[in-house]
Amino acid sequence: MLEYRGDTLSWSVEDHVVRVELHRAPANEIGSEMLDDLERLAGALPALEERARALVLYSSLPAGFCAGADLRELWRRGETLPASERVAGVREFLERIHAVLNRLDDSSLTTIAALHGMVFGGGFELALACDVLVADKLARFCFPELRLGLIPGFGGIPRLERDVGNAVVRDLLLTGRSLNAKRAHEVGLVSQLVGEGQALPAALATAAQTTKFDAGTATAAKRFAKPVPYERLAEEIDVFCELLARPAVEEGLRRFVNSADPLPYLP
Amino acid sequence: MSTPNETLEEILDLAARHFDVSRDTLAPDDDFFAKLRIDSLKALELLSRLEGHFGVELPDWEMQGVTDFRTLSERIHARR
Repeated sequence: MLEYRGDTLSWSVEDHVVRVELHRAPANEIGSEMLDDLERLAGALPALEERARALVLYSSLPAGFCAGADLRELWRRGETLPASERVAGVREFLERIHAVLNRLDDSSLTTIAALHGMVFGGGFELALACDVLVADKLARFCFPELRLGLIPGFGGIPRLERDVGNAVVRDLLLTGRSLNAKRAHEVGLVSQLVGEGQALPAALATAAQTTKFDAGTATAAKRFAKPVPYERLAEEIDVFCELLARPAVEEGLRRFVNSADPLPYLP
Repeated sequence: MSTPNETLEEILDLAARHFDVSRDTLAPDDDFFAKLRIDSLKALELLSRLEGHFGVELPDWEMQGVTDFRTLSERIHARR
């Protein structure tokens, strides 16, 4: 499928570049509908890899790139279930999103995330699966999961460990603070820092540049430089599910989902 | 190095400019959520703009419960 228009995301190919647009209001929260569409994208990657050389992932929503997992939906799906079944349901969701992000991470395409506004939680993890991060100066990065008694569950820790120093990993995880784009650039998370509203044009220009190189060499370089940390990714799911089963987490999640704030993941 | 009052004035100027309100209508003790008609998402944008303008980082916990320009300016000034 070389072109797709879904309720949460769309893609098309132009000049050997796949443009993937996230557009699920209010802030591209990743729930079951977004996951279905992401799985469609992962399923389409073999055909897209035949036709294109690069992929640009961006959001068309003003709130930002992605606010992360739709915890409200996940909670409501499991609210009436016994704890063991609830954890099993979340594990299944995590295994599905991991499969998608691992496929994106391992794609032969050069993948570029164009980032603005919120790049929080699962949205940050989605961006970390890409090869190159381009951010406008108002983008903010955050792993707020510890506030709920959890750790990131979409592969964030192993991918963050791969990309930056452990002190940065600890700072982000253990404080739950948000980093501005300039700081994210300084610590090496972001490759290019651009002006307000310029992330997508800069990402597309970068994608156009990558199409000039030999495809096989680019893929070999990527696989050598950016191995997918499969073992650590699987461990992360186990730790997440162990934490999820605790009563303190249940209470934290209940407070979160019952908050009247439309964007409760904000600091 | 700016004085605390100069920091406060710069914040009021920046807020008026970026959120398209008259500078004359903003006072130090105003609730910036109400006066700028911003939600928590726009407040995050204001934080990013202020960090960029002043070249500082404000950890999220230092902003918790801050709603007026004066307190905001004190927090920023302490980080300069």
